[in-house]
Amino acid sequence: MAHADSALQPRDPAALPRLALTVLVLALLWPGFSLTEFDPAVLIDGRSRETMGKFVSTFFPLETSPGFLQLVARSTLETLAIATAGTVLAMLLAAPCALVITRSLSISRIGPGPGYWLGRILRLPARFAMMFFRSIPEIVWALLFVRAVGLGPAAGVLAIGVTYGGMLGKVYSEILESNDARPAAALLETGSGRTAAFFYGLWPVALPELVSYTVYRWECAVRASVIMGFVGAGGLGLQMELSMRMLNGGEISTILLVFLLLVMLADAVSAILRKVTA
Amino acid sequence: MKLDLERVSLEYPNGVRAINQVSCGIDRSERVAIIGPSGAGKTTLLRLLATALRPTAGTLTVLGADPWRASRGELRRLRGRIGMVHQAPPIPPRQRVVTAVLAGRLGQWPAWRSLASLVYPLDMPGAERMLARMEIADKLFERCDQLSGGQLQRVGVARVLYQQPDLILTDEPVSAVDPALSDRIIGELNREAIERGVTLVASLHAVDLALHWFPRVIGVKGGEIAFDLPPVRISDAMLRELYASEMAQVPTQGYQPFETMVPGVRRKPVYF
Amino acid sequence: MRLVHWLVMSVLVAVAWASFGYLSLDLGRLFDREALAQMAKYAISFFPPDLSADYLVRIWQGTLETIAISAIGTVMAAVLGVVLALPAAGRFGAVPRVAARLVLNFLRSIPELVWAALMVMAAGLGPFAGTLGLAWHTAGVIGRLFAETLENASPEPAQALRLSGSRPSIAFLYGTMPNVVPQLIAYSLYRWEINIRMAAILGVVGAGGLGQMLYFSLSLFQQPQAMTVILAMLALVVIVDGASAWLRQRLAG
Repeated sequence: MAHADSALQPRDPAALPRLALTVLVLALLWPGFSLTEFDPAVLIDGRSRETMGKFVSTFFPLETSPGFLQLVARSTLETLAIATAGTVLAMLLAAPCALVITRSLSISRIGPGPGYWLGRILRLPARFAMMFFRSIPEIVWALLFVRAVGLGPAAGVLAIGVTYGGMLGKVYSEILESNDARPAAALLETGSGRTAAFFYGLWPVALPELVSYTVYRWECAVRASVIMGFVGAGGLGLQMELSMRMLNGGEISTILLVFLLLVMLADAVSAILRKVTA
Repeated sequence: MKLDLERVSLEYPNGVRAINQVSCGIDRSERVAIIGPSGAGKTTLLRLLATALRPTAGTLTVLGADPWRASRGELRRLRGRIGMVHQAPPIPPRQRVVTAVLAGRLGQWPAWRSLASLVYPLDMPGAERMLARMEIADKLFERCDQLSGGQLQRVGVARVLYQQPDLILTDEPVSAVDPALSDRIIGELNREAIERGVTLVASLHAVDLALHWFPRVIGVKGGEIAFDLPPVRISDAMLRELYASEMAQVPTQGYQPFETMVPGVRRKPVYF
Repeated sequence: MRLVHWLVMSVLVAVAWASFGYLSLDLGRLFDREALAQMAKYAISFFPPDLSADYLVRIWQGTLETIAISAIGTVMAAVLGVVLALPAAGRFGAVPRVAARLVLNFLRSIPELVWAALMVMAAGLGPFAGTLGLAWHTAGVIGRLFAETLENASPEPAQALRLSGSRPSIAFLYGTMPNVVPQLIAYSLYRWEINIRMAAILGVVGAGGLGQMLYFSLSLFQQPQAMTVILAMLALVVIVDGASAWLRQRLAG
């Protein structure tokens, strides 16, 4: 009973597709290794191992001289300021655009009136502009602004303002469109004007969501500000880039630690703010 | 004795005594059914025999060895000779039937063979034979989550059959299965035990199945053995007392009321 | 609105005002006639983008390099992530769990760009630094997710296999892995999509791909070339978004 009948041996139907898929994936990955100049030996070969060990050891001990710490503190404040100012700028950019985009819908949902046609004409270009702003990565904007207005925080503020303006605009309009227009409609029915209906009817309903998303974006802006600093837009990122250029591992470690703490702090602040304003 | 419990107790950390000073011996190639109400300790007893649980008192001997005095390697080898059919087959849903069945011999295969079989199933005819005994050979390459409950249960049994253990344990293997199928499954397990001369211990929910197929029935209640007899010597009164707490009815497979035994007529079990 | 809301609002407005002040940013000066004219001149210099055949070939190579960085980086990240996820899910005890989680948190808290810059220090300029940078960060993300998946996976299949004599590692492969591998693959593909966008940017710190081309062309005041790179980046993102949406639809349908 034990000998296998090779004629009746079943064949695994999944074997061939699996093999084909594996071969395909490997074939696609293979050229990637040369394209990326993949060379793990750089990190682990005998001579390099020494360099690697020395490399890691240069990051300790952390640089804690008072002069440097003061510099780091100032840079941190600068990063926070860039993030905040940038978010404010983004709000200033996004609010009118969002209104233009949704005005035709929300106002027409509330009731017809003047401003309807103006809204409709401006809608498409406004939409397009915001998509353009947010599709280009913020760091590319930072690079461009550094070239345009020089090194320093101004470039960072503008870059965040533009990119996040695009994002905020889109999300603001979505929030406004998705919120309940009935309170506003009720106000209209009892005789109030359209603007009043909007501001007393729709706006309070949408406000918590708007605030929540804006605070979340601010938290992202803190991280983004540090990253943009790498290309010269000020703050902690710029300091880290300088320390990297000078190959000063201790300073890099300190700044990294401060960065991690800063991100945690921003996360906490954002959580509190969102709870309070909910 | 192949299986021996000597004043075995199992006490949970919260003080509940699931098994209380049970002594019992089961010989090689015996076929035993364990019945009793829910919470009586049937599952616990079975898991003790499967070496999944460790007794808090007493001595347990499984297949001639004390599993809890054995080394890791010895315990692993011992467990390779024990096959358990669960109530709900513990098979990952996306696994294919063939791999699930072949997993029965993982305890016996060397590591390289287990790894290789993951990539390409190494003994498909063997798996197919076991599935044929359970009448689902056509599902060999299906994914387990595409099977019905009854089919999945049969895959679980096929896995244990493939393992060819010296001790077959089953924990309520058919309580979620229709009566015709459960009869076939219990029948197939009994046939396996008889043909290969191995021990079978089955905990069953349905009393009629137990009395029909097994030459020895142990009734468990409150963590203790209420009776340990061949079916002919088990009276209705004993059964009713065993299940006294259970909704006033002795559970059966087809949810038919249990027939009252006419005094004087001896119940004939089925042996073959 | 309640008093608390008004208070918070005023604090926020004050903070916002202070930020502009701290940076000595005079928005008025920033947008005055002269500055605007300068910015306009700079903006105009980007058009028309350089679409010559030679340069397009280089753009194509840069795109391939970017995609390769993201692919190899994600693969490395998946491997490292799985390796770290096993202890992080508690499979080897409490102490390795804490240690592995610490490592994973460290890896994912540092942004990809910072990792890339650090790798440029370690491995030199070029795409390998970008690959490593992506790998370290993504390993932290994938590892953490995989650890959580592992912890939530049902233990019964592997337990049953161990009870029938299987070695713990084999029981893991046969009993637990089939449940978690699909999720791991799906999430890795999702991360790869994100990483393509990231890989394009990492180059600005010298880590290869389109980003490096952008940085060089801007530094050399070659705005038309820079514009082409930006357009290529946009096109890449659009195509990847479209392809993944199409794939998702095909797989779900």
